[in-house]
Amino acid sequence: MEVLQIIWFILIGVLLLGYSILDGFDLGIGVLFPFLAKNDNEKRVLLNAIAPFWDGNEVWLLTGAGALFAAFSNVYATVFSGFYLALMIVLFSLILRAVSMEFRAQTDNKKLWERVFVISSFLPSLLYGVALGNIIVGVPLNAQMEFTGNFFTLLRPFPLSLGLLGLSAILLQGSTYSALKSEGELNNRARELTKVISLIFIGLFLLALVLTFVCMPDAVSKPVAWIFGIITIIFVWFTKLNAKNGDDFKSFIFASLSFAGLWSLAGSVMFPNMLKASNNSTLSLTIWNASSSKLTLTVMLIIALIGMPIVLAYTYMIYRWFRGKVVLEDVE
Amino acid sequence: MDVVLLARIQFALTIIYHFIFPPITFGLGLMIVIFETLYLKKDDIIYKDISNFLIKLLAVNFVLGTATGITMEFSFGNNWSNYSRVVGDIFGAPLAAEGVFAFFLESMFLGVLVFGRNKVSKKAFWWSALFVMIGSHLSGFWIIIANSWMQTPAGYEMVDGVAKLTDFFEAAINHSTFIRFTHMVLAGWLTGVAVVMGIGAYYVLKGLYGEHGKRILKISAITFIFLPFIELGLGHIHAIEVYEYQPVKMAAFEALWKTQKNAPMAVFGIPSKEDEKTYFNIEIPSMLSLLIHFNPNKEVKGLDAFPKDEWPPIFLPFMSYHIMIGLGSFFILLSMIIMFLMWKNKLFETKWFLYLLLINIPLPLISTEVGWMSAEVGRQPWAVWHIIKTSHAASVVVPAWQILLTIILFTIIYSLLFVVGFKIALKIIKKGPVNAEQEIY
Repeated sequence: MEVLQIIWFILIGVLLLGYSILDGFDLGIGVLFPFLAKNDNEKRVLLNAIAPFWDGNEVWLLTGAGALFAAFSNVYATVFSGFYLALMIVLFSLILRAVSMEFRAQTDNKKLWERVFVISSFLPSLLYGVALGNIIVGVPLNAQMEFTGNFFTLLRPFPLSLGLLGLSAILLQGSTYSALKSEGELNNRARELTKVISLIFIGLFLLALVLTFVCMPDAVSKPVAWIFGIITIIFVWFTKLNAKNGDDFKSFIFASLSFAGLWSLAGSVMFPNMLKASNNSTLSLTIWNASSSKLTLTVMLIIALIGMPIVLAYTYMIYRWFRGKVVLEDVE
Repeated sequence: MDVVLLARIQFALTIIYHFIFPPITFGLGLMIVIFETLYLKKDDIIYKDISNFLIKLLAVNFVLGTATGITMEFSFGNNWSNYSRVVGDIFGAPLAAEGVFAFFLESMFLGVLVFGRNKVSKKAFWWSALFVMIGSHLSGFWIIIANSWMQTPAGYEMVDGVAKLTDFFEAAINHSTFIRFTHMVLAGWLTGVAVVMGIGAYYVLKGLYGEHGKRILKISAITFIFLPFIELGLGHIHAIEVYEYQPVKMAAFEALWKTQKNAPMAVFGIPSKEDEKTYFNIEIPSMLSLLIHFNPNKEVKGLDAFPKDEWPPIFLPFMSYHIMIGLGSFFILLSMIIMFLMWKNKLFETKWFLYLLLINIPLPLISTEVGWMSAEVGRQPWAVWHIIKTSHAASVVVPAWQILLTIILFTIIYSLLFVVGFKIALKIIKKGPVNAEQEIY
């Protein structure tokens, strides 16, 4: 039983990491849209770079949420009902974002749907980190595992700093992927942005570290967390270095690896908590007290072991079909 | 206002809206595979045009389906957290499995269909079309597993008020999974094929897009012919299953107040739960006994066999169930008309018939929606049959005003999406299938 719960703690992290890396680049492009693209052609290059993929990328979130529901239903129940308004903002953003690209292409009101695209990319990119920050630093819970705070409980300094850090990580995915898929000026602009965002990322990381010393002194005593933290910073540095040297592929890979570093860091700080209770640590939802039955975890593991290799195989294949720079004459 | 009531209103609104899109995806996916197969076999560019055209429509439909589908997955945690705690051990797994086995497949290969005609070989494109169709059906399968478990739960035990899985296959393939799934697949095919057939009829009626229009109409009509008859058989088997495992639901469908031999089947009526009586009722004597037991003299359990506090609402299940059956009968008639006109070789000239196909476009969708309405409302007062009541399923920490606020926002945003989405679909249809190109942003 113990092993299964640890495996699922890691697997949900892996699913959310998959979401961060893949939907991260299309969310990031959404937020950076006004800064990256200076004319209609450049906008179309960016949109066509993410067009075949964003929908599939979002499935990582749906699967992650589904896996959380199945493996730790109490965590799913507490977080989704407790963070109600925040998650509704995410939900409405994801709904509008999904249609904005298609609607921009198909209607004459391009300006409007572009704005919708940018804003609806920005809000989730920021709020995911805020939500994770709350989960890590803890929220008030009662003995029935219910959230007892309110909307403003969620907006404390540490979660907000993680929101910004998460946003910068997503932007890094966006800028490196844009560079990978574009040529000429757009490509240059993306590389320049990558360098700037890398520095911002490191700055925000240090800010979050300072706040960790203040809010969670016990977390800074975990050596594993320090290792993951240092690795993350090294990966971000390599992202910047490769952007400077013009290796867009490596730059994107290192950005993705730095995201993996962030999630590993978050996981090592949280473990074995799934949702910390800030009022009384015995009320925390942990992987031990909030998990589903052994049988369900086993069945889910079998499903994941059969299904995910296949998913990864055809995902890789389809990305290869669409590899290379987006050239508009090609699409037309 | 009451939190449970608000949560139910929100769920009803968002699921009815979401459920416009998946059935269309089923049928459109089928038609795309058919046209792609024809293109592969006959190498006729017309089939490729038609397929490209349908893929554009599928893309719009799919985007709306995905967007509104996220709401559904969030909703169990958002509004029904108690439900999630009580049955999450069983109910969560199919939702996760849907992602792993179905939704990835569907959405990744849809990307290829919509944007990749020039990137991949003809064969690879055909496979992509097939994978999108398989993906959408598998997606439906896992959702039906989850829903069927709510209707006829199996493979579990109750431990401290929480349902725990004891046998995965019993839980997944419970008494109603297969029949519910096949009934749904056919409903989806009817829905999507009717849309394509209606578009074909519109082109032929207006003399637009010559051979393209005719082939759309002819091939979708041929596909349509078989469906209502198969659906009739599946519907009948499903009804017998409902009577066996949820007899009070069947009694509500038919507003059968008293247990009786020679039970009649209602054709029309206005049932009143308060008066325990059906007004203006027209019925076929002994028909219900005959349909359920294959013997008109056998007894059928009526509502009086169950305590009144376990009755579902009567009016809505009765009405929705009978609208479904009425529309189903109409589809059988329509299918016969199609066969007759094909035999007479007058499919393209019969104007009233082409108009009828236009009117028919939304009808299978309506019958699918009301069919689900009867299944879900008929399950009340239970959220999961004899495990948890709907009144105990809602979130306890979400205040009523927040649910009300989000209901208002859903209504505004969903209406906007509907208007814009509908306009885009019309634009694509007007532009037509001739030289329909791949979509670009």
